This record gives sequence, C-alpha cells and structure tokens, in this order.
Amino acid sequence: MPELSVVWFVLLGVLFTGYALLDGFDLGAGAVHLLVARTDGERRNVLNAIGPVWDGNEVWLITAGGALFAAFPLVYGTALSGFYLAVVLLLGALILRGVSIEFRGKETDRRWRQSWDVLFSLGSALAALLFGVALGNVLRGIPLDSAGVYRGGFVGLLSPFSLAVGVLTLGLTVQQGTAWLVLKTEGALADRARRIQLVAVAVVAVTWVGSTLIALGDAKHLFDNFGTPIAWVGPVVVFHSLAFLIRSNLRRQAAVGFICSCLAIIGLAITAGTALYPNLLPSTGPGASLTVSSAHSSDLTLSVMLVVAVLGMPIVLAYTAFIYWKFKGKVQLDEAGY
Amino acid sequence: MDVAQLSRLQFALTVSFHFIFPSITIGLAGLIAIIETFRWRTKRDVYDRMSVFLTRLFAVTFVIGVVTGIVMEFQFGTNWSRFSGFVGDIFGTPLAAEGILAFFLESAFVGIVLFGRQRVSSTVRWLAGIMVFLGTTLSAFWILVANSWMQTPAGYVCQPDPSCSMSVPGEKAVLADFWSAVFNPSILPRLMHTLSACWVVGAFFVMGISAWYVLRGRNLDVARILLPLTVVIAFFGSGLMFVTGDLQTREVYQWQPIKFAAMEGVFKTESGAPLILIALPPSQTGPLDFAIGIPNGLSLMSEGDLNGQVKGLENWDQSLWPPVAMTFVGFHTMVGLGGLMLLLMLFGIFFLWRKTIEKKTLWLKLAVLAIPLPIIAVELGWMTAEVGRQPWIVYNLMRTVDGTSPGVSASDVAVSIVAIVVLYVLLLFLWLYAIRKEIARGPDLAPAVAMAVEATPVALGEEPAAPAPLTTPARKRTRKVDPNDGGR
Repeated sequence: MPELSVVWFVLLGVLFTGYALLDGFDLGAGAVHLLVARTDGERRNVLNAIGPVWDGNEVWLITAGGALFAAFPLVYGTALSGFYLAVVLLLGALILRGVSIEFRGKETDRRWRQSWDVLFSLGSALAALLFGVALGNVLRGIPLDSAGVYRGGFVGLLSPFSLAVGVLTLGLTVQQGTAWLVLKTEGALADRARRIQLVAVAVVAVTWVGSTLIALGDAKHLFDNFGTPIAWVGPVVVFHSLAFLIRSNLRRQAAVGFICSCLAIIGLAITAGTALYPNLLPSTGPGASLTVSSAHSSDLTLSVMLVVAVLGMPIVLAYTAFIYWKFKGKVQLDEAGY
Repeated sequence: MDVAQLSRLQFALTVSFHFIFPSITIGLAGLIAIIETFRWRTKRDVYDRMSVFLTRLFAVTFVIGVVTGIVMEFQFGTNWSRFSGFVGDIFGTPLAAEGILAFFLESAFVGIVLFGRQRVSSTVRWLAGIMVFLGTTLSAFWILVANSWMQTPAGYVCQPDPSCSMSVPGEKAVLADFWSAVFNPSILPRLMHTLSACWVVGAFFVMGISAWYVLRGRNLDVARILLPLTVVIAFFGSGLMFVTGDLQTREVYQWQPIKFAAMEGVFKTESGAPLILIALPPSQTGPLDFAIGIPNGLSLMSEGDLNGQVKGLENWDQSLWPPVAMTFVGFHTMVGLGGLMLLLMLFGIFFLWRKTIEKKTLWLKLAVLAIPLPIIAVELGWMTAEVGRQPWIVYNLMRTVDGTSPGVSASDVAVSIVAIVVLYVLLLFLWLYAIRKEIARGPDLAPAVAMAVEATPVALGEEPAAPAPLTTPARKRTRKVDPNDGGR
C-alpha cells in the first residue's frame, strides 16, 4: 500500500485531468466560437453542443479544488493567494463566459448576440490561458520567502516558461474543443473546426517542445524523474496521440479524433505529474518547497476523503456517462419553424 | 482599511450576493420535485407546463449561483490562506464531499431537466427532478457542515505544526473524529433553519408570481394550482422558521454565549431578563435605548425560568465582543421580517380556506411585493451568524485577522473588490431582466411549442408574443421534426 499522500497526489491528478478533458472541450469550443461559427445558426449550434453539460463540467473544478484544499491545504492557500490577481481574472473570465451561454439567446438583436459571443469567446480563451500560466508556475516553482509566502505579484508570474505552458494549454483546449465540435456538428461548421484543429495541434506541438527547451535552462528540476524508462510513458502517449489525431483529422474520423485528443491531454497530465513529483509547489526562493510528504493532511482526513472518492466517484461517472449518452449524436437546429 | 477588513468586506459582498441564488434554487428545486411528481402521476398537461416554467426560472438562477459559487470556494485560498492552512485538514473535506456527493448530482441532472425532457421517459424525467432536489439539499448540508464547524468546531485536535509557519499560532487543527466534526453542535439546527428558509424563499417567489398572474387575470390554470400550493408551503414554512430559529438560538446560547448576548442586546448580566422586541441600534458598549420587550421573556426562553440568569456582554473582555449593533440589528430585523411574513401567511391561509384568495386584491399585491422579504431575512440571518462570530474566524480557535493571506496587499484586494462589484451589479441586472422576461412570457405556451422555442435561441430571444402565430398543426409538426428538445 503506497502512502496515502501519494495516492492523493495521483487522485488530484485524475480530478484535474478530468476537469481538463471535460471543461476543456467547452472552454475550447468557446475559445474558437467566433472563428468556427459564422452565422447565428452555427453559433447556436456551438452553444447547444455544450449547453446541457458545461455546468456539470465545471463541477470537476469545484471538486478538484475542494480535494486540493482537503489533501494539501498549504498548497491551496499558498498557490491561490500567490496567484491572487490572476485567480481573480480567471474567476471573472469563467463568470462572464458562463453567463454568456445563458444570456446570449435572450434577445434577437444582432449587437446583443455579438457582444455575448465576444465575451463568451474571450472569457473562454482567457480562462484556458490563465489555467496554463498557473500550471506553468506550479511546475517551474515560485519564489517563496522564508515564511513560505510568494510576494512577486502578477507580473512575477509571467516567465517565458509559464507563458509557453499557457499557450500550450490554450492550444490543447482549442484542440479538445474542436474535437468535440467535429463530433457534435456537421457541415461547414465541422469543416472549419477540423481546419482549426490542425492549427491547434501545431501550436501544441511547438509549445510543448518550446516549453521543454525553456525548462532545460530555466527549470532543470522538472527532468529529475525522467531517468527511468517508465517515466517516458507520458511523452510517448502525447507524441502518438497527436500523430493519430492528425491522421483521424485528415481521414474525418470524429470519434477517433476526440479520443486521441483526450489521450494527448492525459499524456501531458501524466508528463506534468511525473515532472512535478514529489513537489507540489517547488520554491525557487529561500522558503522550502511544498512537497507531497511535507504538505499533506492527516492520514485520517486522507482516508475519509479516499472513502468519499471511492464510493462517490463511480456513481458520479455512471450518471455522467448516462447523461452524455442521452445527449449523444449531432446537434440539430430546426430553423424552418421559426 | 487594512487587508483583513478589505478581505472581510469582499467575502461579505461575494457570499451575500451568492446566497441569493442558491436560496431560490433550493426552494424552487423542492417545488419542481413536487410538481414533477404530480405530472408523473397524473400525466396532466398543466403540470407539464408548470414544471417547464419553474425549470426556466430555475435555470437562469442556477447559472448565476454556479458561477458566483466558484468564487466562494477559491476565495478561501486567495484571501484567507492562513485560515486555509490552519483548518484545511478538516475544512476541505466537506467542500470536496459537496462536489462529489451533491454538486455533481445536481448539475448533471439539471442537464436532463432543462434540455433532455423529450430524450428520456416520463419516469426518468421525474427522477431527474428528484435528483436535482436531492443534490441541492445535500449540497446545502455539506456547505453548512463547513460553516457550522467554523461556528462550533468539534472533532479536532490542535497540533503544533512547524511546516505551517503561515498560520499565526504555528498550529493547525487536525481531524480527530470525522463524524463529530460533521455533526458538530450547530449543524442540525443550522441545517433545519437554513433549509426551511430556502423553502420559504422559493415559495414566496412562486407565490408572488402566481399572485401577479391572478391580478392580471392571465395563466390562471397554472396560477390556481401554484398559488394554493405555495401559500400552504409558505405558511408552514414561515411557522417552521420560528421553531427552527428557536432551536438555533438555543444552540447559540449554549455554545456561543457572547454572540447570543449581542444578538439579544444583553449588556449586563440579568436575572429575569426581558426579551427585547425592538430598540434603537445600540453603540458598541450599550446600553439599549428605547427598548420595548417582554418582561422576563429572555430568561424564560433561554433558561426555562422566569427569573433565570442570562449572562450579559460585561462578562467577557471587550476584545471578544462582536460588532454589537450589526449583530443586534441584523437579528431583530430578521425576526421582525419573519413575523411580518407569518402575518401575511396567516391571512393567506385564511383566505385560501375561505376560497376567497383570488378576490383579495390587496393581499395579492402584498404577496407580489413580499417576494424579496424572505431573501432579505436570509441575508440578515447570515449577517447575524457571521458578524456575531467575530472576532473569530474559527470560534475560539483562530481570529479573523490571523486568517488572511500574508502575500496579498490591500491594493490587490481593493482592485478585486472593485472588479467584483462591477461584475456582480451586471449579473444582478441580467438576472432581474431574465426573470422578468420569463415571468412575462409565462407558462402559457403549449408544451410542444415551449419545447421547440427553447431549442433555438433565436426564438427564445423573440418577444413572448412571437410564437403565437403558429397554428396548432404547426405545433404538432414542430414536435415531430425537432428532436432537439432543449438548448440555449
């Protein structure tokens, strides 16, 4: 039996990856909303493709956040307060894009809808970018002072590495969003989604390599765990799923494409987790790094949480699958009647 | 203002704004579950339209509750990082449990209720409605567990923790007994009081809308079912508020006597203390001016003895007192509003019994105006509970000023407050606009058209009158052609 704290490191990875996979596609669909959908009908198609599930997808963020709070409270407090203005910006973006989905259709006025479309798209893209910048900072580490506090402000978060990871995350989100749209829509909309997806895959590949190269100079600790072959599982999965994603894109295999896109995200999550472990928030300053062994909650809390997760998550997955099943198939709008 | 004051202000703003929406959706979810049960059992069209109508009101409210709720969770980390470090071992678990055991349930089945009515069988649709109700209620339970633990911490031990240099005492609270922490002394009274408050909020909300329809003479088939139903719920709910409120006040008397003294305006220890009904807002050190009360009432209620001794604020060091005026005024205004609502509902239930309610224009107008009353009362109740807990963030364990984030500056918080206020004002107006629009549109449409209209935002955006030109055959055709029964 591995240490409970290690189990929770993995489970948190699973929760955040679940969030990236699910909210990834609705954030991604939002990020490309203005490009992929030109007419009002197409834009409604995009919204209807994510409509029934986007708020359920955001619950993954709430759950992952709660689990991080419970399992590694110091990391929760240090990271969120350290990234203060970035988090406020992120929450603002998530609020605006969420209500845009709901309020866009309340008026027929063209400017009304165009404004909500822009907010929805910018909010989604900004949220994806900021998640990536935050991840980049977590991987690279932030300068904690001797009291364990980050005082570098917003600008201090914008290193070349974290920005590269930010763009990588935005690219991945767009890749996932377009994969979903290819799966759920038809015609010109799906064709545009396919073309945008190729660009997104290119961005992912370039920023992945780019951030790795920057890390060679800027965050060497990220390579510590890659001495054994097993650690290369993540990168290998990413490489192959991106290759197969391009192939399925060209062959117009929507379902395979979506699976490949998911696998690419999973592969990158495994890569990031491998690179980070055993750190949770490395320190580049005089303060100590927060690690799996130093920052975890008591064994009792971790066991209680494990019971909740082991009993609860299979049920959650079962009814989530049921609901996705009920909404399967292409989104169709019947405009003739209106 | 310093970081602690600004962070408190921000938390107060965000939580009081957020709670408007869950309090409505928790109550609405209960009503939807009841109506869905009627629809499922009777298959009558009127219940179908009613359920769709309430669900639309639910949807616009739910989305604002979700997006402002994310802010609440992350604020513990952003603005209260030392608090997070101190209590994380206990506090995070209910938040995660809320997600896994409640919030997933709620938001997943909301998808079915809102968009999937035609994709599932009648029974599954009913079940989805029940699941949403269950999800909202469980969600309230877990979030109140977290809150109650801050009020009456239990099931923990404090351990020195060198790695926890961020928490001022150099200690952290560690879970010792999960069920004691969950079922801490204040959870059950608080849960009962809060849930019944939410039912009252939902019932007043729908009662006001139904009353408005009756006054306007429109949607009468729906209003004639919803009005009696909500009058009954609002009547019993308003009564229940006093019962559960009494339970909760007794719990406060036992576990948080300083808060109790501030709530009741007891400055000096007294035997045979009066129950103050109304007074001017007191200064921090008292005394109460122009106080009108029931002689010996407080002693009787708290000690069960007319001459029982009630400890006054003078018993404790002033540094342990909460802001007295806010606690006192918040509590008394809440109780006063509760009395007003109960009075309104006494008339309501009487008119209902006499079957004259539809003719009582004044009462119906008051019912429309009363929609915000329970929401205001709920906000005041929270203010009493949270302000009354001061100066502690975790009662008797950690002071609020020690819970802040050391790396966050006052200007950071000031910036975020401005951004949040601007955004939330926008959200409030959007919500009011959308609710007004849904009420104006009403449940009048035949179900097939309502369904089809909802499927396409273009039609959704049109004025309520727009679908009217559709002839009956067209409605039927729409239903057959359009498999996409939901959508935005």
